[in-house]
Amino acid sequence: MVVPSLKLQDLIEEIRGAKTQAQEREVIQKECAHIRASFRDGDPVHRHRQLAKLLYVHMLGYPAHFGQMECLKLIASSRFTDKRVGYLGAMLLLDERHDAHLLITNSIKNDLSQGIQPVQGLALCTLSTMGSAEMCRDLAPEVEKLLLQPSPYVRKKAILTAVHMIRKVPELSSVFLPPCAQLLHERHHGILLGTITLITELCERSPAALRHFRKVVPQLVQILRTLVTMGYSTEHSISGVSDPFLQVQILRLLRILGRNHEESSETMNDLLAQVATNTDTSRNAGNAVLFETVLTIMDICSAAGLRVLAVNILGRFLLNSDRNIRYVALTSLLRLVQSDHSAVQRHRPTVVECLRETDASLSRRALELSLALVNSSNVRAMMQELQAFLESCPPDLRADCASGILLAAERFAPTKRWHIDTILHVLTTAGTHVRDDAVANLTQLIGGAQELHAYSVRRLYNALAEDISQQPLVQVAAWCIGEYGDLLLAGNCEEIEPLQVDEEEVLALLEKVLQSHMSLPATRGYALTALMKLSTRLCGDNNRIRQVVSIYGSCLDVELQQRAVEYDTLFRKYDHMRAAILEKMPLAEQDGPQADEEAKESKEAAQLSEAAPVPTEPQASQLLDLLDLLDGASGDVQHPPPLDPSPGGALVHLLDLPCAPPPPAPIPDLKVFEREGVQLNLSFIRPPENPALLLITVTATNFSEGDVTHFICQAAVPKSLQLQLQAPSGNTVPARGGLPITQLFRILNPNKAPLRLKLRLTYDHFHQSVQEIFEVNNLPVESWQ
Amino acid sequence: MIKFFLMVNKQGQTRLSKYYEHVDINKRTLLETEVIKSCLSRSNEQCSFIEYKDFKLIYRQYAALFIVVGVNDTENEMAIYEFIHNFVEVLDEYFSRVEPIDEFPKICSALEPQQACFSPDSSSFKGAASTTPIY
Repeated sequence: MVVPSLKLQDLIEEIRGAKTQAQEREVIQKECAHIRASFRDGDPVHRHRQLAKLLYVHMLGYPAHFGQMECLKLIASSRFTDKRVGYLGAMLLLDERHDAHLLITNSIKNDLSQGIQPVQGLALCTLSTMGSAEMCRDLAPEVEKLLLQPSPYVRKKAILTAVHMIRKVPELSSVFLPPCAQLLHERHHGILLGTITLITELCERSPAALRHFRKVVPQLVQILRTLVTMGYSTEHSISGVSDPFLQVQILRLLRILGRNHEESSETMNDLLAQVATNTDTSRNAGNAVLFETVLTIMDICSAAGLRVLAVNILGRFLLNSDRNIRYVALTSLLRLVQSDHSAVQRHRPTVVECLRETDASLSRRALELSLALVNSSNVRAMMQELQAFLESCPPDLRADCASGILLAAERFAPTKRWHIDTILHVLTTAGTHVRDDAVANLTQLIGGAQELHAYSVRRLYNALAEDISQQPLVQVAAWCIGEYGDLLLAGNCEEIEPLQVDEEEVLALLEKVLQSHMSLPATRGYALTALMKLSTRLCGDNNRIRQVVSIYGSCLDVELQQRAVEYDTLFRKYDHMRAAILEKMPLAEQDGPQADEEAKESKEAAQLSEAAPVPTEPQASQLLDLLDLLDGASGDVQHPPPLDPSPGGALVHLLDLPCAPPPPAPIPDLKVFEREGVQLNLSFIRPPENPALLLITVTATNFSEGDVTHFICQAAVPKSLQLQLQAPSGNTVPARGGLPITQLFRILNPNKAPLRLKLRLTYDHFHQSVQEIFEVNNLPVESWQ
Repeated sequence: MIKFFLMVNKQGQTRLSKYYEHVDINKRTLLETEVIKSCLSRSNEQCSFIEYKDFKLIYRQYAALFIVVGVNDTENEMAIYEFIHNFVEVLDEYFSRVEPIDEFPKICSALEPQQACFSPDSSSFKGAASTTPIY
């Protein structure tokens, strides 16, 4: 029993009737099965109907490749209905990637040369849609012949096919170039339109063609002029404008021909002015033509007056209530802003108005244009507008807006304070969307603006107290509080209302940042470092800070843990160096790579070790009386050569740099004491940068059989010199050449007074306590001259 | 250059689609859904041009039907906008109501000459009714 096949209409209705996706799929699958069966049976009568249904199904997104062969069969048939569907199928189903498409070349060829006009039309259509390069090459001569046929219907299509061929195979331009000139003389708009497109394609692809076609500029101008001045023609006018599509196309071609070419541009000038003034702009068609005119004016070498006219037209567009037109105007103004900056500036207020649009496309364009329009004279006003926009704009524009504002602020900031304010505002409103280097830039900026330290730190503190979720803001604020915490607590700042800030509050805030789950690891690092710095800036007790630091010594995050351990060690063993390491940072170089914290720390360490001004240590730095005992020698100082590596990276930096660079002429070592295998040696170093400084390393060695314990060495110098003793490496020297104790003496001798040194030693050796006091003789002259 | 031409109804079902550049069939449905979503979410006051990935979408609404054209950067958006309207008027002329359910093959063939390179050949659209034999 033969089931009569559905007509296309019925199938469509059935599909429409399906309520769910699954149902629709079912219907389609059933039908596809029928179609496949029918194809297999080779039923010629209904083939076209089956294929039509298949094409519909294909359009809905279902696979339909089994219909490809049927297309071929249908094309080859002699019935028109078959051919029609067959060609349509070929256009939709066949494409260059499958070799099957070449099989229709022959059919097309036959149809092109022998078919009736509609058939030729079909064949041309198909060729223009899916013709591959080989097909184009084969069929080019046929198409060329058809270009000159009398019937406009076929000629139109032939021209369009020629356009496609040129796109696929640019070498064919030589074939299609000659007929163009003749085709331009046609009156039929369809042919004209096609020809203009063809010429546009040719010119875009080959400079030779471009030169060739410059000759026809006068002719084009004439055509356009006739179009514009021609009265109302029922056939061609759309809302009062005669054939806007043709006008637009001609204008586009004129643009290409006139680009960078003075002569053609001059020919066009009058015409463009005429079009610009005469076009009726009440309807969209007129606006379309006007827009194209403006684009053309902008691109060719037009007279200055014409350009001003173009900008004014765009300005008028901006005020139009129709959003499409405004969008188009904003886009073109953006292109113009580079070349005609001052002209566009006049429309700045309107552009800024457009920022407030609710439409996303418009506001994006307005944003780009506003950013391009910022210059030093209008920067404050523009920034205000842009910041207001930032608060209300959709999230995808935020990042662009934020970075745009920051860039503009950098280029045009009138004062540093304004700059800092602006960046602060951006960080508070759109903190998560700023670029990564915004933080670094801001810290750089604040660091450089000495007079604004108090102001910035106070503002940042306030901002941080309100909200700790915006990471860049938190990072900058933490850094600032760390650096300038003393200014924060000092209380007075004339630019902002006075706020009493408690030490405890500051510490609590930083701890909150550390513990918050919103903080990124980098932010935590900043907060921890800030806490450490505050330990020197604040005058209170450091216990809280020490507690926090030691907690983080077992943090899971490696970076944080490392820092915490370093800082903890700093508290415990190197307390006297803490203030020096944590003092205010010098300004990092602007143009180098991002100055990171490590680099800054190592810089400080370098400053420390070179004979920089002696930092104020909490411990005693002067030993005036020989009998004063050294206080709190609680840590070990690692001398060069370093003995064990310490856990911290910062301290490694410290150690990598020599405590004192090698002197030009080494002063010989001096053995000053020897008793029962215990020796004391002095080695002298005078760093070249600081001639007043003398570094003496005292080394105690033990070659005896018994250990030396509780070893303490003290020294005294004449009053005109300053002596500083650093903590010894230990107070035990194991027997038989065990690890010696080293200790560093720093002597400042600015007056180059003769050096005299008195030493006092106390230690236990062989269960006896030994005490020795002696003056060092034979001190080399070089040590103090 | 026109990349594609879609007619979609308000429920998001594609009524007609024509691609001028090869797009894989599974990517097509994806593309269509995304495009439709962005067009449907626009309100009346917003402009008809959307930027989507690297094309521009120009859409126009006619009662329950949306017509969306995807173009690349070189096109004059307003001319395309006009073209959409022109096309609808041509259809209207032929079928006296804009509901391209039945005449799917005819519409496809009507679309051909107009878009092979976006030069709407039915610029004489009334003439198109007579001169362009749509079968």
